[in-house]
Amino acid sequence: MALIQNNVCWGTPGDNILDYVLGWARKYSIFMYPFVTACCGMEYMSVASSHYDIDRFGAGLPRFSPRQADVLMVVGTVNNKLAPILKNVYDQMAEPKWVISFGACASVGGPYDNYAVLQGIDRVVPVDIYIPGCPPRPEVVLDGLMKLQRKIQEQKHEI
Amino acid sequence: MNSVELISALTTSLTYPDLLFIVDKDIAVVAIPASKVADLATELKTRPEFAFDMLTDLTAVDWLGKQTPRFEVVYHFYSTSHNHRLRVKAAVDEGQPVPSLTKLYSIANWFEREVWDLYGIKFARHPNLKRILLYEEFKGHPLRKDYPYDKRQPLEPETWPVRELQVQMEEGRKIHRP
Repeated sequence: MALIQNNVCWGTPGDNILDYVLGWARKYSIFMYPFVTACCGMEYMSVASSHYDIDRFGAGLPRFSPRQADVLMVVGTVNNKLAPILKNVYDQMAEPKWVISFGACASVGGPYDNYAVLQGIDRVVPVDIYIPGCPPRPEVVLDGLMKLQRKIQEQKHEI
Repeated sequence: MNSVELISALTTSLTYPDLLFIVDKDIAVVAIPASKVADLATELKTRPEFAFDMLTDLTAVDWLGKQTPRFEVVYHFYSTSHNHRLRVKAAVDEGQPVPSLTKLYSIANWFEREVWDLYGIKFARHPNLKRILLYEEFKGHPLRKDYPYDKRQPLEPETWPVRELQVQMEEGRKIHRP
């Protein structure tokens, strides 16, 4: 069970105190790997800079090595030639790891229903949170980030 | 030379049959059968009054159902010494090879590979005619008008491979996913 107040998941220690503590620790120390390929990157920069400030959620430090990151944020169009690279980046991340699909292109291919574009990154890597929009407003990104925090808080953790 | 002067000079000096000269929106255009392209380009490059020493663009048009022959290979030449431009259109049918310009212009190597990749037009005596933008396993040529826009290729994954996750679980790897 989780306690939710003001759309923020506080969590309650349930059956397993270890899950609660690890979830609490992990949801407030998100290190994102921004896989930025297209125009959604501008919105990502807007979210990451001081006006919207994702540092409030403990996600303020992007790591530009997949080995140091635990959230893969795919921002923008991924085409078929890039798909194996995305899979490679995902495989290099250490467990535990989560994936955010940022924007319409990464989620379902967006307007590009053609020969070149991958129709959603969930064909290559498993996705936890889809953020809709073309591009998404920063508020929606913050909402997606809070939903990911809630998911991390409520899931089972292993050491 | 401006375009009109260039066209009149070309009309008097070139002696090929089946040539069509026009000035289209301020640029001189020569239409020619595809088999004569290499001869024409040699002449355009070597004769000092033309001196087209630069191939700025090479692309193709698919006129499916609107024109025969079906394809049109379009060359854009530029002369750095005279500062004039020329467009050459070569009509070519499906499967018919076009003479390669790689001996004259090195850039034609990659341009012709791109046209082969996206339109499937073959270039005779090209040193390395293989796909340049798409991958080798790609089936078909996507910029042809009869290529379905939503066609999926055999290598494109349809969904996340559930089977792979099952194998990982059977091997006892820790899965942190709910």
